[in-house]
Amino acid sequence: MAVGAALLGSGCDARHAVLLDPKGPIALAQRDLLFDAFCVMLIVVIPVFVMAFLFARRYRASNTKAAYTPNWSYSGRIDAVVWLIPAVIVVALGTLLWRTTHKLDPYRPIDTAVAPLEVQVVAQEWKWLFIYPEQGIAVVNQLAFPSGRPLSLRITSDTAMSSFYIPALGGQIYAMAGMETRLHLLADAPGTFTGRNTQYTGAGFPEQYFKAIATTPAEFDAWVAKARQAPAKLDAATYPALAARSTGHPVTFYSAFEPNLFQSIIAKYATHQAHDGHTSPDSPPRSSPNAR
Amino acid sequence: MLGKLTLEALPLYSLVAASGALVTILGGVAAFILITWLRAWRYLWTEWLTSVDHKRIGVMYVILALIMLLRGFVDAIMMRAQQAIAMDNGGYLPPEHFDQIFSSHGTIMIFFMAMPFLTGLINIVVPLQIGSRDVAFPFLNSVSFWLTSAGAGLVLVSLVIGKFSTAGWTGYPPYSELEFSPGVGVDYWIWAVLISGIGTTLTGINFVVTILKRRAPGMTLMRMTPFTWTSLCASILMAFAFPALTVVCAMLALDRTLGMHFFTNANGGNMMNYPNLFWIWGHPEVYILVLPAFGIFSEVVSTFSRKRLFGYESLVYATAAIAILSFTVWLHHFFTMGASANVNAFFGAATMIIAVPTGVKVFNWLLTMYRGRIRFHPSMVWTLGFIVTFVIGGMTGVLLAMPPADYLMHNTTFLVAHFHNMLIPGALFGYFAGFMYWFPKVFGFALDEKWGMRSVWCWLVGFYLAFMPLYFLGFMAMPRRLERYEVPEWQPYLIVAFAGACLILLGMIMMGIQIFVSVRQRNKTRDLSGDPWHGRTLEWSTASPPPAYNFAVLPQVRELDALADMKTRGVAYDRPDRYEDIYLPRNSAVGIVLGGFAFLLGFAMIWHIWWLAAVCGLGLWVALAVRASDDDSEICLTAAEVAEIEDQRFELLATAPRLEDADDQVAFGTPLTERPT
Repeated sequence: MAVGAALLGSGCDARHAVLLDPKGPIALAQRDLLFDAFCVMLIVVIPVFVMAFLFARRYRASNTKAAYTPNWSYSGRIDAVVWLIPAVIVVALGTLLWRTTHKLDPYRPIDTAVAPLEVQVVAQEWKWLFIYPEQGIAVVNQLAFPSGRPLSLRITSDTAMSSFYIPALGGQIYAMAGMETRLHLLADAPGTFTGRNTQYTGAGFPEQYFKAIATTPAEFDAWVAKARQAPAKLDAATYPALAARSTGHPVTFYSAFEPNLFQSIIAKYATHQAHDGHTSPDSPPRSSPNAR
Repeated sequence: MLGKLTLEALPLYSLVAASGALVTILGGVAAFILITWLRAWRYLWTEWLTSVDHKRIGVMYVILALIMLLRGFVDAIMMRAQQAIAMDNGGYLPPEHFDQIFSSHGTIMIFFMAMPFLTGLINIVVPLQIGSRDVAFPFLNSVSFWLTSAGAGLVLVSLVIGKFSTAGWTGYPPYSELEFSPGVGVDYWIWAVLISGIGTTLTGINFVVTILKRRAPGMTLMRMTPFTWTSLCASILMAFAFPALTVVCAMLALDRTLGMHFFTNANGGNMMNYPNLFWIWGHPEVYILVLPAFGIFSEVVSTFSRKRLFGYESLVYATAAIAILSFTVWLHHFFTMGASANVNAFFGAATMIIAVPTGVKVFNWLLTMYRGRIRFHPSMVWTLGFIVTFVIGGMTGVLLAMPPADYLMHNTTFLVAHFHNMLIPGALFGYFAGFMYWFPKVFGFALDEKWGMRSVWCWLVGFYLAFMPLYFLGFMAMPRRLERYEVPEWQPYLIVAFAGACLILLGMIMMGIQIFVSVRQRNKTRDLSGDPWHGRTLEWSTASPPPAYNFAVLPQVRELDALADMKTRGVAYDRPDRYEDIYLPRNSAVGIVLGGFAFLLGFAMIWHIWWLAAVCGLGLWVALAVRASDDDSEICLTAAEVAEIEDQRFELLATAPRLEDADDQVAFGTPLTERPT
């Protein structure tokens, strides 16, 4: 693992390489998987480099001293090795893949004693709306949450397909209109991270980023209190204006939102059918848009 | 009368766009003037544009590919320049222009550079390698080519009239739906891909039948050359995968043109069906691009190591395994769409399994070099560069195949670096190796090796400079397709990547010089023997350039590496006792006419010029009917005429250095130019 880190990290400063410097257990596990797989694959890759270099050098046409066997074209033993070693590696990596894919399923709640904080996320053109159902507040382009408390995100889109991504905390998932996707993240310690849309959605796409702020519990309470002071409210009259196309939208707090705002954004599109996602035994069933 | 087409379609919205259009127009005008000045229209029409000869069609495919490579590369270097400067400012390209460029770059490079390049090489080489006089359906071949050209023409026209898509080369809805992309851009993309895709399906069918039915006597499946094998597998993939693309494009066109709701956000549309259908084509497509290149590498490494290919059977099975598995992995392009852990894990594991046969191939090439006598012809250096670079791409590919790691790196420049790392060494380097390897076969003289070598090195170093920084930027979580950005730490890497693109540009210039120099000194590098590299396979047993009928007498194949076997037995250059009449397909203008109608039909559909669409639709049927009722589609070359051509060939052979002796060290390893002629 250390070798992997050194090889991957050399040449790029780890402080800026968010993916190599994770700030939460999910991102850490994902990165470690990257390093493990990288190291295992060196078993095949390094011999290729060495053989390519050595063979090209030794068997160059001008080196008439080297052995030359023009008709040698098969060896069962070598063939077996050439098939078996990559196969064994793939079986090993495949087992790792199967285990980690289940463990790190974005739909799977994080195992902690602390109850997760639920936030509903809406991709808009070109900004992110975060709705806090428990706190009764909504915020544009800022996501605050206490570190050490899992974030349970329900994600949808009120525009083209987008992808929600906070690289310091862990991998992304698509946001799609009329559907809800899930993501579970956790920050180890207070800090400020960048989150973005990574799926191109038009001219304002480069500005569709926000600050994800992991706070202490006290700071979070203060932040919520501040949001509750905000004069603006999200209702049927103000929501369409917010959802309209805009770039570089400032952080905006709403002290209240229409009941079931998130569900109504989904229902707007899901008129005929529910696109029900997966239901795996270890994660709660995904909510069907129509059921709400 | 002209549908949505008005004067506003002219690209006057930015200076850069207007000059792009101007260059395109000037290029067309210059070509027109040059041909007129050379009085070459008649020659061009009778010998090339209406030709149904697979070699001529192959050459036209490669020329199309090289023109589109230039266009696609201009897009690439413009993007690199924009990202190198657009830190906290708008750079020099407005978003709507940058977004067209990344869309057209991908579209052009995949559909109109790589596809024609490999189809051209397959066209030129496969019939020769299987000892056939032509493909199974020569006229269909011409239709395929002109449909591909019609698609390429639409992409070029979009530069001058209207705008191209901004939805990326994958055209994901709902962004590509009318709601978000109301202009004609996505329609240009749809019709270009749709029309050329039909051409590719036909090519696939043509070559499956050609390879299965037109092999020379004695050439069993397990005596076919590696390139023929990979071409067969690629053709099967073309025939089965491309219809999915055609269907998905047609569905998107129905959404956009007739207001249907296959993939829309609302009204019962389901956008998730699009990525599924698109990648059911898209992943086999990767192997359509890469497998023929694998075949080229196999030929090159064996010829220039002067040794039999190691593990031929293993290689054949690996190829077939890759072809089959390529249909089972499409979901890995969207692990982040919310499928269950079981689904993601299945497709992740399937993806990894492909790494096994691919790894086997790499070792087979290396073991072919082992105890060989390696001559560093540029084709061999492309191959070596490929082997080393490709395993890096393979490794990052396996990383991305693990869903949890993919969640972290999807849509970042890491992904961009990965697929360029597969397709530039894995496909393009292979095509270049093939281009330089088979060039003397097609034109009768060899390419200059010095300039070829310079080009290889510029490309190779340029590739590393351009794409290694993108891997690091991926670790820094930089998303793809950014027109501007706010993170200062990204900029140095983007500047290095731009420098890499410049070096690649230099590599392309050197390749241009190489062709120019080689044409000028062609009398010194004539390939009189038809076998400049001491080849092992049948294409080297005929003249360079081969006669229209390829083989006066169909070769009898007894072994793998048929020509090497004939040389060993000393029968490679025996003069046959007698010749027979040979029937050849007559040239036909219907191919180019169909292509022309298809182009206009696409243009009419894009701009909603309904009357023109109807006329073109009718024109297509009429042209087909004319062709179908043409009973006089062959010409006969009498035995006497064949004998005359062959006598000239044997006269030339007598003056060429003899290459029959397997230990002929003099001819081998000596640049062609220095050989006594």
